[in-house]
Parts: sequence; C-alpha cells; structure tokens
Amino acid sequence: MDYKAYMVPNPMTPGQVVSIDPELCTGCNTCVEVCRLDVMVPNPEKGKPPIAIYPDECWFCGCCASDCPTKALKIEYPLNQRVGWKRKDTGEYFRIGMKNPPPPNTRPPV
Amino acid sequence: MTTWHDYLKEQGHAPDWPYPIRFDKEQEIDTDVLVIGGGISGCWAAISAARQGLSVVLVEKGDTIRSGAGGPGCDHWCDAPANPLSNVDPDEWAQHMADHPYCNGIGIQVQCREDYDTLLEMEQMGGKIRDTGDEYIGAQGRDDKTKFMISPRYTRIHSYLPEDKTKGEKTFSSNPDQKLNNVVIRVWGTTFKPALKKECKRLGVKIFDRVMVTSLLTENGIQGARVVGATGLNNRTGEFMIFKSKSTVLATAGAGSIWLISTELGGYSNMMSRTISGDGTVMAWKAGAELTKMESTGVLGIATGYKHKWYTGAGDASYENVPIVDANGKVLPYPIQGWVDAGAMMPYPGVEKAVREGVLKGEYALPFYGDFPAMPDVERRATWKLMLGEESTTKIIIDTFNKAGYDPGRDLLQSYKLIEGVSLPQWREAGYGGGLLVDWNLKTTLDGLYAGGTQMFAPEDHSYAASTGRYAGRKAATYARQAGESKISREQVDREKARVYAPVKRSSGMEWKELHAGIARAMQYYVSEFKTESLLNMGLDALRKIEDESVPLLFALDPHKLMRSLEDTSLLTYAQIITQAMLARKASSMPLNFQRIDYPTLDPPAWNKFLTIKLENGKVKTGKLPLTFWGNMKNQYEAHNKDYTGVYKRK
Repeated sequence: MDYKAYMVPNPMTPGQVVSIDPELCTGCNTCVEVCRLDVMVPNPEKGKPPIAIYPDECWFCGCCASDCPTKALKIEYPLNQRVGWKRKDTGEYFRIGMKNPPPPNTRPPV
Repeated sequence: MTTWHDYLKEQGHAPDWPYPIRFDKEQEIDTDVLVIGGGISGCWAAISAARQGLSVVLVEKGDTIRSGAGGPGCDHWCDAPANPLSNVDPDEWAQHMADHPYCNGIGIQVQCREDYDTLLEMEQMGGKIRDTGDEYIGAQGRDDKTKFMISPRYTRIHSYLPEDKTKGEKTFSSNPDQKLNNVVIRVWGTTFKPALKKECKRLGVKIFDRVMVTSLLTENGIQGARVVGATGLNNRTGEFMIFKSKSTVLATAGAGSIWLISTELGGYSNMMSRTISGDGTVMAWKAGAELTKMESTGVLGIATGYKHKWYTGAGDASYENVPIVDANGKVLPYPIQGWVDAGAMMPYPGVEKAVREGVLKGEYALPFYGDFPAMPDVERRATWKLMLGEESTTKIIIDTFNKAGYDPGRDLLQSYKLIEGVSLPQWREAGYGGGLLVDWNLKTTLDGLYAGGTQMFAPEDHSYAASTGRYAGRKAATYARQAGESKISREQVDREKARVYAPVKRSSGMEWKELHAGIARAMQYYVSEFKTESLLNMGLDALRKIEDESVPLLFALDPHKLMRSLEDTSLLTYAQIITQAMLARKASSMPLNFQRIDYPTLDPPAWNKFLTIKLENGKVKTGKLPLTFWGNMKNQYEAHNKDYTGVYKRK
C-alpha cells in the first residue's frame, strides 16, 4: 500500500468541532468573526471554508452555526457529548449523531 | 475540509499565519471614555457614554457581536420590579434582594431602578422583548396588552430554593394581597448582542475587536493614581495598542477556570469560557484598586459538556415548567421551576438526598427525563422554542435536537442528573464572588476608573450587567467631561510592552495549557476543600514558584497563543489574590462558602464585614467594610441620580 506519512502530532481532542458544507459555504468568514475563542481562521484561498486550528478551545456556544448566513456550518459534538432522548409511547431511544437518525423535526413543538 | 491536518496533507506545509504579524509595532488611540470589555456590561457602558456626546473607544478580546457570557443569549431579564406588570415596589424588591450578607446593594439598587428603562432601550435598538408575533397566546404569564411574557421565577421570593413555608410567608408591603411578583421577564436574548454592537456603531463608538487589554496606565505610572489609559495586544496581529483616556470603564467579568482546565474533555459547566480569565480584575489590582469578597468561591458545576449546563432538570436555569420523571415515567419530587413552585430552581438538600436514596433502593429508576410531552402545548412551546431556542444561550442545542429529529411533543429528553456525577470540592469557581469595590457612582477606588456588571464584587445577572454597565458609562462620561488631560508614563508602557512580548521571544519552554493546569493543580491542593494557615501559605508558595520559575518559560508561537499565555498570567495573579484574601479572613463563613479548619466558627460577629484587599506600594494591604457600607439604598440612589433622565429619547 502506497502511503505518505508526515511527522504530525496528535490531532486535537475534540478534533472536529465544526463541519462546513463546501457547497453552501461562500467563504464570508462570518463564523470566523463571531467566534469568541478565535477557533477558526480564514482559508488562505478566498471563498473556501475556514480552517479550525483551535478545535480544543471550542466552547460550543454555537454562535458560528446560528449566525452562518447560508447554514453551511454545523457543530459536530464530540463523542463524549452526544445526548439522547426516548419516545414516550414506544420507549425507543435515540442519540445525537446516531447512524440512522429520524428525519429533522421541522414542525413547531405542539 | 475544515481541519488543519487536512490542509497540511493537501498542501504539504503549514499555512502561513493568516494575519499580518505586527509584533512590537504600536498604535496610539486617544479618547474621552475607554471601555474595556465588549460584553453585555461593556456595550451598555459604551452606548451610555456615547449618548452623553463623548468620544468612546470599546476594546474587546473576542468580537463584540457575540462575546461574553451573554453573547449567545441570556437567561431571563431578572429583577425588573419597575416593569408595568410588577406587583412589588422597586425599592422594596431591591431591599429584599439585598437582604443577605455580602451582596452588592449599590448594584442591586441600580438594577431594580433602571433595568426596565434599560430593557425598553434594548427594544429601541432592535432587541425583541415581547411576543409581538403572538406565538404564545394563552401561555401563563403572557400579558395580552403589553405582550410581555412574565417568567415564573421569583414569583414569590427572590430565591433559587422553594419558599420555606415554616418561616412564614414573605409579604411585601407594596403587595399586600400577595399577587405574583411578576419581576422577571422572558426575552429574546439571542437578538441582544448583535443589536448592542449595531447601536455602538450607530453612535460612533470606535470598536477594537480582537484586542486584549493587558494593563491599565496610571498618571505618571504610579500605583494608586488616576487611571489614564490602558495597553492592549491585538491577538491576531500581535500589534501593541496604547489607549489614552480621561475615564475608563472596566467590564471584563470575573475568572472562570482557575481550579480546573480541560480543553480535551469538556464536560464542565461554566457560564464563562476560558477567555474570561480575570484580566480586568488583575489589571485593576496592579494599578492599586481595592477589591473585596475575593475569598468567596463556589463549586464548578459539571455537565454533559455543552457551553451551558445541559438542562438536566431540577436545578438548571433553563428547565422551566418541565416535569422530571424517572425511566419508568414516575414523577420526581423536584421543583420544576414553574408557576407551581414559584420558579424555584433547586430542590431542598433534603429532597436531593431522598431522591438519591430512592434511586439506590430501587424506588426511582435512572436515567431521568424531562417530560415535555406531558406539558400543555403552549407551555411546551414557551419553554422549548422561546426560552431554550430564542431567549437563552441554548439555541444551538435546540437547533441540534430539532435537526436530529427530536420532537418535544412525543419525546422525553434525557437528563444526566446523578449519572454525570458531581464536582469534586477541589473544582471551584471564583467568577461570581469577588471583584472591584465601587461607590454610588460605580467608581472604583481609583480616580477615573469605573466598573460594571460582573467586574464588581457580588454580581447578579444579565439585566444587572446591562443596567450597571449603562450606569457606569453615564458616570464615567460625567467624570470625563470635567477631568483634565491625562498624563501617560512612557516608562510604564515600556515595562508592560516587555512583559507582553516575552513569550514570543522564546520558541520552546512551557506552553499555556500546561501552565494553566499547573495553576489549577496548586489551587486544587491548597486552596479548596481544606483550608488552614499553613495549607494556604503552601498555596501561595506554589503560585509564587509558578510565577518565578514557570512564567519565564512561557513560549508562544503566534499572537493567539500569546494571548492565551497572557491570560495565564491573569489567572495566576487572580489565584494569588484569592489565596491572600483567604489567609486574611480568620473566620469561617456560610454565606461566603468559606470554611477554615483553624478558624471553624461560622460568621462570628467581629467578622461580619467585607474584607477588602489591595496593593499599596507593591504590598498587600487588607481592610474591612461594614456589610451595608452603602447606606440607605433608596436615599443614596436618589441623592446620586437627581439628573437621571430615564429612557433614552432616540432620534
């Protein structure tokens, strides 16, 4: 197997706190600007999604996701932070980040 | 591709630092009023001073648009007894709030008198404060005329605990029929911070985002003299900023993570991110300002690791009106922060204990759940969509749950109560205890220096930060108008510049996370559960060693890491001040959450006083103040605010 490895230290934990859909992202860098911890920096290539260089500093306030004008940015909760819920009538259990999630709930909480 | 190692693999080299590096370069800025900290309090101070027609500079370490504990949202507009639906007189409510030792009667009086005006100004700026969309008609607490949404919190008394009926019902003379107090309003807090920044810009406030203020400048560089400016570091470019001002408002809040640091594990609940590192308190301390209540600490809450303690129910501020059930659907005897229990947020210790025993005996089955489906539709919407989704700091959580398919009409939300464990007594927090001593002008003991919000001793909450920031800005403006030109000491600037840049002169040594963890360890061992003279002195010694041996090893590879390194030095000094204050209080105290093995008597009369602490000629000096040193709250407020003009008349 042909493989090129580099001397790179352990990736941070959590390693990927945000994921950005490159199709939706315009490179406006709003997320970079609202982050209180300066977790992300603009991509050296204009128009491309920012790079999270300090994912270990993320406080998960979600301002980046809430303020993204194209909803390209999603918070990726680390494995140790994936909360769950239970359907009241059936007892079926669900978790954030599960493999086959139920469809998004878009109706108001009635 | 959003990770640094993706980029590295693709490009074959580390990208250049994305901002121009400007180490050692200086920028000088002159202004009437300097506001340090662009959170809720700082923004209001800047707006308030600018409305007085003065030039204002606002300096913020992050970005003002979403910085501070109130950036993502807020937890109700609390203690607004002047609102039209309130049934308690504002002065009487303020007295009630201040009816416990070691509170800040000055800030409380300002809050109760002015936070409703502040709320109306928030609305002027574009913050949403009422149910203009008619989404919650029929919800309890909704007033159809004003469309205000009153929260169940504090509807009987100002307390997190349910009312202790054995003490007799509390009666307010202004509310003889004992109607609900109606002093807390539910608001759309997610809209506030951007609106505040917009108003700052509209008023011509010069905002310097991504600048960490590192020190205060005093007249002729003398400790204890008038504050005449500040130094700052741009944390993206590394440029050195020199601010010169006639008056200054400090609004950098407290210090969040002195006893515990774990970026890798998350999982601790903290209303303050790592960036709230006590910078303002420490710079004021070094300038010679007097602090108080620094010996008071709380225990850090732990939770599932979201920014805000995940609403595990029965104790968290965001879990209103939701019944808590066990895994079999049995309702738990927790208060639900609803109308039923007057918004009590925590069960009595006796109830907690009974539930725990019930779990061990098999009476209750873990895990617990929040029973959203059991709620009436409009109340469910008011809690899920309004409170958690649009008011509070939990919008991201609601959005995440909605996208993941959670349906509050059908699904029980898991609670992590008990299964997540409890914090060790070694994991303490200091952010909401001590701070700057102020007078009725919210002026510190240094001329030209004012403070708002959590920067002051014994802070309260969001509306407190807003109203006291607004007040401090007003007072700072009045001072600036009549203050003479200020004189900066170039020698003081140079000394600070050398301190600031030291870590970037090295490329190896100790990095900021290790140093922070070292400070936390020293505090966990010597300044937490067990306190004696010798243990506290060992703590001071350990911290001094860190200062002498480890700080000189700090290295930073870019301006961002330099900022984190400087934050470490703030945390270190803050930790030292706490330890000194603890040594000086030679008595235990229940309200201060302070127990000394060598002075075990709780609150002996001779020690029912504020302990003050400051630097004088470089030496630590302590003093005492009476518990109500501010005098009669109503009379003093009125004497100091004859010129108060109420709600701003926006052009």
